[in-house]
This record gives sequence, C-alpha cells and structure tokens, in this order.
Amino acid sequence: MSVRKMLLSLLAPASAIVFALIVASIALMAVGRNPLDAFSSMWSFATTSTSVASMVNRAIPLYISAVAVAVGFQMGLFNIGVEGQYLIAALFAGWVGGNIAMWAPLHVTLIILVAVLVGAIWSGIAGYLKITRGVHEVISTIMLNFIAYSMIAYLLLNHFRDDPNKLNLQTPVLPESGWLPDLNFLFTMFGFDEPRGIALQGFLVIAIGVGVLYYMLVKRTRFGFELRASGMNPGAARMSGVAPKRMVLTTMLISGGVAGMVGLSTMFGNLHAYTQDFPRGYGFNGIAVALLGRNSAVGMALGALLFGFMDRSALILDLEDTPKEVVQIMQGVVVLAVVVAYEVVNRMIERREIKAAAEATRTADEREEVAA
Amino acid sequence: MTNRLSDTSTEMQSKRSLLDSKAIRYTVFALAGLFLLSTVQAIAGTSELTSSGTWAAAIRLAVPIMLAGLGGLFSERSGVVNIGLEGMMIAGTWFGAWAGWSWGPWTGVLFGVIGGAIFGLIHALATVTFAVDHIVSGVAINILAAGAMRFLSVVTYTVESGGGATQSPRIKDSIATFDVPLLSDAFNWIEDRAWFFISDVAGLLAGITTKMSWLTLVALLIVPLTWWALWRTAWGLRLRSCGENPYAAESLGVPVLRMKYYGVVLSGALAGLGGAYLVVVQAGIYREGMTAGRGFIGLASLIFGNWYPFGVAAGSSVFGYADALSLRQGTAVHALLLVAAIALAILAVLAFTRKKTTAGIVQGIAAALFLGWYLVTDSVATQVIAALPYLVTLLVLAMATQRLRMPAADGLRYRKGEAV
Repeated sequence: MSVRKMLLSLLAPASAIVFALIVASIALMAVGRNPLDAFSSMWSFATTSTSVASMVNRAIPLYISAVAVAVGFQMGLFNIGVEGQYLIAALFAGWVGGNIAMWAPLHVTLIILVAVLVGAIWSGIAGYLKITRGVHEVISTIMLNFIAYSMIAYLLLNHFRDDPNKLNLQTPVLPESGWLPDLNFLFTMFGFDEPRGIALQGFLVIAIGVGVLYYMLVKRTRFGFELRASGMNPGAARMSGVAPKRMVLTTMLISGGVAGMVGLSTMFGNLHAYTQDFPRGYGFNGIAVALLGRNSAVGMALGALLFGFMDRSALILDLEDTPKEVVQIMQGVVVLAVVVAYEVVNRMIERREIKAAAEATRTADEREEVAA
Repeated sequence: MTNRLSDTSTEMQSKRSLLDSKAIRYTVFALAGLFLLSTVQAIAGTSELTSSGTWAAAIRLAVPIMLAGLGGLFSERSGVVNIGLEGMMIAGTWFGAWAGWSWGPWTGVLFGVIGGAIFGLIHALATVTFAVDHIVSGVAINILAAGAMRFLSVVTYTVESGGGATQSPRIKDSIATFDVPLLSDAFNWIEDRAWFFISDVAGLLAGITTKMSWLTLVALLIVPLTWWALWRTAWGLRLRSCGENPYAAESLGVPVLRMKYYGVVLSGALAGLGGAYLVVVQAGIYREGMTAGRGFIGLASLIFGNWYPFGVAAGSSVFGYADALSLRQGTAVHALLLVAAIALAILAVLAFTRKKTTAGIVQGIAAALFLGWYLVTDSVATQVIAALPYLVTLLVLAMATQRLRMPAADGLRYRKGEAV
C-alpha cells in the first residue's frame, strides 16, 4: 500500500466527520445556537479524567459489537442481528450468573461462556437457515431480533425474574464474585486525576483481547485467509477448496458468539443484572462503528471511541441549553457519509489505476513503434 | 408470424382464465378460512374471532403495515432493498403529528408523506447515485431518522404546547369516518342475529362498511392502484425491469437510475403515509418509538406476499388480525391455537393425498403440538402474539423458499454502463 493510497483511505473517514460536523452546525444554527460554542464546550468537557473513563466505558460495548459485525463483513455476511443476540445473551448470562456463586475467576468465565454460547446459538439459527434453506441472513436476523425482544420480555416476566414482589423487573443481582474490578488505578498510575463517580470498566481488558484475537484470526490464520477469500471472490474461494456452507455457519457462530459479549461490560461493571431497561441500540451502532473503522481492529477502536466521545460530550450541551440530540444526528450522518466517501474514494483510486494502466500501455506502444 | 401471433393470443387467454380462476380460488379460500373461524368460535365459546369490531380493528392495525410493505414493494421491484422503511415511517409519524398539530389531520397526512419521501430520497441518493450497499444505507437511515426526529421534537415542542422530547401535542381534529349507507345497517343486523357462519360473514362485511376512516379507504385503494401502476402501465414495466435486469433495461433505453429514484422515493412516501396513519387515525399524537418495528413487519409482509401488492395486503391483514385479537380480547387469541391445529391437520391430509409423506408428517406433528398447546393452556402470552409476525415470516421463508421469488436484481449494486 503506497503512502498516497493510505492517505486516500484516511480521507474518507476524515471527510465524513467534517461533513457530519457541517450538518450538525446547520441544524444548530437553524435553531439559533452557535455551533462553535457547542463544539468547544463539548471538547473541553470531554477531556477530563471522568469524561475519558465514561467515554471508554461507552466505547467498549460498541467496539465488541463492531467486531461481531466485522467478522461477518469480512466474507460479505451481514449479521444485522447483533442487537437481539447480545440482549438475549445478556439475559441468560445474568440469570445464570445471578443464581450461582463461586470462585471469582471461574464465575466470571462462566458468565462470559454462557453469553458467548447463547449469542452463538441465536445467530446460528440464521446461519443454519441460510445454508439449509437459503434464507437471506439479513431478513432472518431482523426477524430473530424481534423474536428475541418478545422472548426476553416473556422470560423476564415469567421465569427469570428476581423477586415478583420487587418493583424492578430484573434477574437476580450477581454476587460480588461475578463482578469485574474497575481500572481507575490506571489514571493515578499515569499521574492523572482519578475519575469521580465513575469507574473505568474492567471489561476493557477483555475488549482489547477480543480486538487482538480478531486481528490474529483475520490476518494470521488459515481460517481468516479463507474468510477474506470468500468475501473477495466466493467463486475462486470455492474452487480452491473452501467449503462455502461451512464458512457461512462458522462465521455466523463466531459473529454471534462475539455479539453475546456486547452487554457484559454493563453487566460486570455497572448494573450487575439484566434489567428491564438494559441498554439497547449497541447492535445497530456497532454496525455504524464497523463501517466507520472499515473492519480494521484499530480503525474500529477509533470509531468506537469517537462514538463514545460524542455520547459523553453531548451531556454538557443540555446544561448549556443546546439540544444534545444533535449528536444522534451526527452519528447517523457520519455513517451514511463515511460509506459514501469510501465509495467515492474507491472510484477515485479506480480511475487513477485505469489512467495509469492506459498510460503504461500507450508508452509501451510508442516504444514499440519507435523500435519498429 | 401468424403462428406466433396466435400463440400469444392463446397465452393471453389462458392468462385471463387463470386470473379468473385465481380470483375464485382466493374467494373460496377466504370463505373456507372464515368457516374454520366460525367453527372454532362455536367450540371455544367466544364471539371475538369474527366480530365486526375485531375486523375493524384488524384493518386499522393492518393498514400501516400494509403501506410500509407496499413502499418496500416499489423499492424492491426497482431493485433497491429498503431496510430503512422503519426510519422513513418514523419520519412520517413525526411530520404527520407536527403538521397535524399545526394545521389539522389532512395536512398532517401530506407532511407525513413528504417526511417519509425525504428519507427515501436520501436512501436513493446513497444507493442509486453513490452505489452504497443497500443494507448499510438502510441501517444508517434508521439511526439517522430516529435521531433527527428526537432532535426536532426537542427544538419544536415546549412544555406549554403539551409536547416534549418524546411526544407531540395532540393533533387538531381527526379524520371523519363514514358508514356505507344501507349495507352497514344490514350487515350489523345480520351479525346481531348470531346465525352460524352467516353472521360471521356479515361481521366481516360490517367491519369493512362501518365507521371507516376516509384515510383507511384511501390506503386500501392504494393496493389496486399499485398493482395497476406496476403491472398495467409502461412506467411499471420499466420500473420492474430495473429490478429484474437493469443492464437489459438500460440497453433498451430505460432510464434505470431515474426509475430507481422513483421506486425508492415512492417507497419512502408510502412508509411515511403509514406513519402518518398511525398518528392521525390511531393515536392522535406522536410518541417516540410508536412505530414499534412496523416498518420491519411491512418488510415481512412483503416477503410473505412474494413481492406482489395483493400478497402484501394479505400478509399485513394476517398480522393486523392477530394484533387486533390480542388487543380486544386476550382469551380469543387462545382460540387461534385451535384454528392453527385444524388448518395444519387439513394441510397434512392434503399432503398425504398428494403423496408428500414427509411434509404431511411434519404438518401432522405440528397440528398435534398446537392441539396439545390449546388443550393444556388456557391463555397465550401477549409476547407470543408480538413475536408472531416475525415467527411466521421466518417459518414461511424456511418452508417455502422455492415458491418465493424476489426480483432477480434486488439488492445488487448497479452502475450505469457496467454491463458485462
């Protein structure tokens, strides 16, 4: 990859962010607020220790969700069902984890395993339907999302509920052996203020591990090679001995397994149970982050942090009487703009290559003519 | 030459008779279904399965789903997959409520359509002009629409107006309803007699002819209009050809990009109309999240209806009916289990007579399971009803993939002049 090509690929996300800022500015100006004031107060608010911790906490589930989506993207599979997979996985993980108590590392591992398993089963249904019945995964995962919502509501109300007399509808609270410690010591270790009223979630370590594993899997294993080959040229991959059906099912299972972990940072670090108001929307925003980061382990981390930053810094806007919802517009615009920008940049590269090839053949022809 | 001409004329004739026999067949099916419902109703001791109130509610609940589905139909027939229907519908609810609050219901309807069409235009711009992946664009539109409407609520509604960040003030007035003269009274009278089957048919007809909103009538008329526009006009043929083989269409001089724009913008407009219907006819107010996945159910009804307008109408009616039952009387839903059991048993018998043993066995087991479910329990959880459209669609997709056929070039990226 040449330097120019790399600059070109950085151009796409950068221009998308600029475009989103412009749209947000127009929206803010239309309602009579000064966008520059809003952005500068967002920035200064978001650079305190407390905000950084909150921003990273918000980025963790988005990142895991993005990885789950990206695994599928590598071979052109669209797992749009991360939303349902992580919610139902969190429900089961919370229920199992809340009903037992054991040695802490084992307890945490068990919860993670349950979540991964349930997520994989839920996405596996879509994978199975695709390879046996030819049902497109986009449709089946959308349907499975809604089935999951209903199933969660049913199970939580009738079977997994902590105590029917309690007002809150939730699974039993995890015993402390099923919590993960916070990482606030990192701030003091590097000489920053300790965040106030907020804990940097310990699940960060696992999220980073997921990112590293994802990188290794895609770039350093045979499976990863076959995955990318199936995505780039399914016909050629099949001819070279990749079994397409097995690929689809395995990829869906991995994607769903990763998706199962999306809700765990909240469960380990914050709510310690599956509650009725368990945070939603990570699945769809994860798709956005995967697109923003172009399926790259590092790119998606930056994208997740950007979304975390936007969510966190939006909080200051309300205090200044500026509608914080402008951030949601920015997030939506950024996704749409980034895919359009990648498309435009790709066309630019394509055109350049065609031009270069044409030039090369012309000079070759001329040389031949001269020689003749 | 003469030979070929006569060929086409006989082909047309056979098509005509096929259509007629189809119409007759569907009527017979519908009557048989109704007969099944009235039988079960007699066994289960409820009258809600076929009461005019249930039918009226079913229509009200089915219309928004149907409009979203028809929106999806225009888009997908032109070759663009539209996952953004939900977002376009959200835009329809917001603009419908805002304009309805400001100027009255019909203006609300108009603005709902415009609001949906704007997001349709964005989808078209991304997928048609920039050749972005259709699913990606659709997901982005859903995120964008939800965020943008929240923003608009915050900046538009003050506490004094009675609205807020998550809901609008109540809209002015409502759209008038009408009874079909004579027929409405006659059907209601027959329904009240409680004659087996006859009163049930009358209940259905009374539900259609009594207190119907004018907007419902408009929405129902869109179904045949869609069929006519897509299957009986040159414009429709061109639009469909873009969904089947855009490069062939291009070579014949069809402006493919423009046709796709028509399809996707119309799709947004119809989804927006569905959203406006929710506000203007059903709720009288905008509430955040009031679409509750109806855009996706519309998509489901599109698949269920095999990418045909009347199929979409049938699919959305089934989903609307189940919704109406659970809203009106939870116990009536329980009787549906028996309906399912009997229907599956009949299908199993039919399969055996056609020597399809495996299908017959599967259907027979399913029938037994439903019967067991009916006998063992005495109510159905509301969550099951909520999941029903999605579950049914998934089952239909898994069972009948051979019979379903989506437009051949649906979802594929198209760039002008790239024919291979």
